[in-house]
Amino acid sequence: MLEVPGWPGHLAGQHVDVRLTAEDGYSAERAYSLAGPAVGERIELTVQALPDGEVSPFLAGAFALGDPVEIRGPVGGWFTWRPEETAPVLLVAGGSGVVPLAAMVRARRASGSRAGFRLVYSVRTPEDVFYREELTRPVVDGVETTVLFTRAAPPGASRGPGRITAADLGAHGWPPEFEPHCFVCGPTGFVETVADILVAVGHSPDRIKTERFGGR
Amino acid sequence: MTTLDGNVLAGPLAEIFARDMTGARGRCGNCSRTGALATLVVYTDAPGLVARCPGCAHVTVRITRTAEGTCLDLSGLAFLRIPDER
Repeated sequence: MLEVPGWPGHLAGQHVDVRLTAEDGYSAERAYSLAGPAVGERIELTVQALPDGEVSPFLAGAFALGDPVEIRGPVGGWFTWRPEETAPVLLVAGGSGVVPLAAMVRARRASGSRAGFRLVYSVRTPEDVFYREELTRPVVDGVETTVLFTRAAPPGASRGPGRITAADLGAHGWPPEFEPHCFVCGPTGFVETVADILVAVGHSPDRIKTERFGGR
Repeated sequence: MTTLDGNVLAGPLAEIFARDMTGARGRCGNCSRTGALATLVVYTDAPGLVARCPGCAHVTVRITRTAEGTCLDLSGLAFLRIPDER
């Protein structure tokens, strides 16, 4: 959570750039998705600490309550969803790529939108699910959610562990004829696999928006 | 080597253009592929940011910050269409 004086509000899917500067002047900058609508001047980021990261281990570790940090944002306008949009929406998340997509789910709820949302969320194991309470029920506030496990599925799951397939997206996404807006976020390989499947089954590339991140 | 996509250009370009540019559509000067800047392949390990065409890997956008200021090289693009802001 960051308290940002003068925060102007933001669109779901936008991010902030966080810059850390060392005493010797070396600085590193990373983009982090905003996890939900702002509450006044308070914004929420979800940061996954990467073992070899330059910025994330600090933010997830030594960065303490009350510490200042330099940010730029909100930025980004292409990978965003606006509450006035009424087209069906397909969200496909890989790992921590769920963050900006969860922001869209939250923005939909906050605005009272009735746009049809379906979220297909791929994670390694049940322990890796972000926002577990909010996202693991099949239908949350009219958002149909499916969680796919790639390494280990929970006991009794009807689908064995495995990477996302065209059959998964066929069963849990929208048919191309519905002309949904598709948002895909995750690691590069995941994003490319999903975008290729969506195009192959007939979704227009113009309605597929992607965001890749450097983590896993 | 870390590759991201053009969404990460949003902040640096907003500093220069004072608006969002990730939805602006550029045409690759090499292969003529046209798409949103958000779809470019971006290398962040180079000095500054280097964005390449996802179709042919041609360098389309470079942003480098130096002690003197910011250098923006768009010479790899044939044109850039910037939509009106909503």
